[in-house]
Amino acid sequence: MGEMDRRGFIKLAGLGGGIVFASSLGLNTLGSVLDYANGYAGKKVEKDFYFVQLSDTHWGFSGPKVNPDAEGTLKKAVQVVNSLEEQPDFIVFTGDLTHTTDDVQVRKDRMAQFKDIVGRLKVPTVHFMAGEHDASLDRGDAYQQFFGKLNYTFDHKDVHFIVLDNVSDPGAIVGDSQLNWLKADLKQQKPDARIVVLTHRPLFDLYPDWDWATKDGAAVIDALMPHTNVTVFYGHIHQEHHQMTGHIAHHSAKSLMFPLPAPGSVPKKAAIPWDASAPYKGLGLRNIEAQVRQAKYGITELNLSGG
Amino acid sequence: MHRKKRVLIAGALFITATIVSGLAFYVRADALPAEREIHITAKKFEFTPDTITLKKGEPVVLVLSSQDRKHGFHLREFGIRADVNPGETARIQFTPNKTGKFIFSCDVFCGEGHEDMTGTMVVTE
Repeated sequence: MGEMDRRGFIKLAGLGGGIVFASSLGLNTLGSVLDYANGYAGKKVEKDFYFVQLSDTHWGFSGPKVNPDAEGTLKKAVQVVNSLEEQPDFIVFTGDLTHTTDDVQVRKDRMAQFKDIVGRLKVPTVHFMAGEHDASLDRGDAYQQFFGKLNYTFDHKDVHFIVLDNVSDPGAIVGDSQLNWLKADLKQQKPDARIVVLTHRPLFDLYPDWDWATKDGAAVIDALMPHTNVTVFYGHIHQEHHQMTGHIAHHSAKSLMFPLPAPGSVPKKAAIPWDASAPYKGLGLRNIEAQVRQAKYGITELNLSGG
Repeated sequence: MHRKKRVLIAGALFITATIVSGLAFYVRADALPAEREIHITAKKFEFTPDTITLKKGEPVVLVLSSQDRKHGFHLREFGIRADVNPGETARIQFTPNKTGKFIFSCDVFCGEGHEDMTGTMVVTE
């Protein structure tokens, strides 16, 4: 899309929950001051844009008590995205595209089916990343055949996106090799570069007893810390969660298959049962409005019921 | 006569040293009781046993093995983790220093039931 139509975006936001961070109303002046301070003054700054995050679609999952519409939920999400008045610049899927299986052929079948369904998205640019359900049992072999690299970068309108793989090693690590790759990439970025990290697991110890952590995530955060404008979007925990580690914000997304309880809120982690009085409750996707100059990201949660 | 006295003194010293060293060994053995071994088997998607009861201050050795594939053993409250590989035995010396119920879990993704692969360690007074 071109320049963001603010009123259109607010209207679009009305589909779902509230905006987590205030939109840029009243911030343009402050943004200009920050631009000057950050050396952006006099430089042509790209327009704001927005992208859509979908996560944890778990294609192939079966459990009627948890989601009786397991085969329809992803398709419904595709419809929701396609019906957005303003189409996003691109879409990201932050892992667990498919539900795990020991059967290699079934894994590939699920990936092919998933790819076919999301191929119906109007937006031509889609960035995928793996979850442990996709990649941990074969170290990402099947995933790479269908979706490409496990870690990579891309740039969009003055924002540098870094996709990190913390799932293809079943021990939930990024690993030294990828960490070195990350450090080399960060060396190419200015200290005030707008950086967005996309990954599956939380990079901080959200709740390790439930596998909600990356064992060497602290090393990743240490590498990112010298950069002043870093934001992380991830999945894995099937719910919204917002946390800061120093100046770095971490935002997790809802699932498109089943919600999970709040960290440590119950003795044993288990999917929250389907609520027939509120279908698709706890499921959803989100719009992320990148305000490039301010290095801020307005998050708008969208649900699947359209209300 | 002097020689006889020296032999007697040397003999007395030897006996005393033997008694003292024996006593020291006895005290040492008493202070460090043998560590109890707790054998834990991992397989998709369970630990056996899945409940382990220990006494606070009791030194034990957790002996971990796998019956199928690689798993992990993570007892976060006590900072314990180990890879559990098939064909190998992992031994972890451990003395619980607090009471309560503590979750241990597999932290190496092993399949669809991975997230249910947990157990409880109960530490009593």
